[in-house]
Amino acid sequence: MATNGKLQANLVLASRFENIEVAERALLNLCHRAGLGGDEEYWLVTALREALANAVRHGNRQDPERHVRVAYVVENSTVTIKVEDEGAGFDPLDIPDPTDPENLLRPSGRGIFYMRQFMNRVEFGRSPDGGTAVLMVRDLAHIDNDQS
Amino acid sequence: MKSSIRDLGDIRIIELSGKITIGAGDVKIRELISQAIEDDKNNIVFDLGGVTAIDSSGIGEMVACFASVTKRGGQLKLMHLSPKINDILQVTQLITVFDVFDDEREALGSF
Repeated sequence: MATNGKLQANLVLASRFENIEVAERALLNLCHRAGLGGDEEYWLVTALREALANAVRHGNRQDPERHVRVAYVVENSTVTIKVEDEGAGFDPLDIPDPTDPENLLRPSGRGIFYMRQFMNRVEFGRSPDGGTAVLMVRDLAHIDNDQS
Repeated sequence: MKSSIRDLGDIRIIELSGKITIGAGDVKIRELISQAIEDDKNNIVFDLGGVTAIDSSGIGEMVACFASVTKRGGQLKLMHLSPKINDILQVTQLITVFDVFDDEREALGSF
C-alpha cells in the first residue's frame, strides 16, 4: 500500500457497530506504519468512530445489507479519512449546537461536533449511492496545542 | 467495557474500564444505573480511571444517566478522569454539568 511515502487503505464494511473496531484497527495500522504517535492517533480514531457510528446508525439504519465504505490516505503530515454510507443523506445544518446551554443535557447530537473538534477539516457531501459522504482531514503539522 | 461495584454506605461507586462506546459500553452503563436505582442507591460515583475512550454515544448515555438520577433526587458524580476524557468533557462543556473529582475521599464527602 505504500507508494512514495503515501499510505492508503480502503474498506467495505457491513453496517454493524462491531465493524467500527475493524476500521479502527486498520487506521491504527496505517498510523503505526506512518510513525504517528499515541496522541495523534487517539484523536483520529475518535473522529473516525463518530463518522462510522453515524453511517451505521443514522445513514444505513443498522441494515447489515447496506455497506459503509472507508478510505484512508496518510501522506506527509496529512491524514485524510472518507466515510460513505448508503442512506438517505442529511443536512448537517439541521443538527443543533450541543454546547448550547439548552442542549447540554440532550443524550444525542454530539457526533459531528466531536468530528469537527478533532479534525482540521470536515466536509459533508453525497456518496455515489446517494447517501452521505464525509471527508475529514487532520494536518498533523498544524495541531491545536490543546489536543496534543 | 468492564465494571465493578462498591457500596460505601448510601453511595455506590461504579468502576469502569475500557471503552464506553456505541453498541457496547453505552448500553452497559445504562444497565448499571438502572441496577443502582433498583437497589435504592441514588448517590453514585462513576470511577473513570480505567476508561480508555468514550465516544459521543458514551457521553450521551452518561448525560442520560445524570438526568435520570437527578430526577429521582440523587446525584451522579465522576472521578479519576484521564487527561483525554477531561479534554472531551471540556470541549463538550459537560464539565459544567458534572461534579468531577481526582480524589475518592473528596468525592464521597461531596454528597
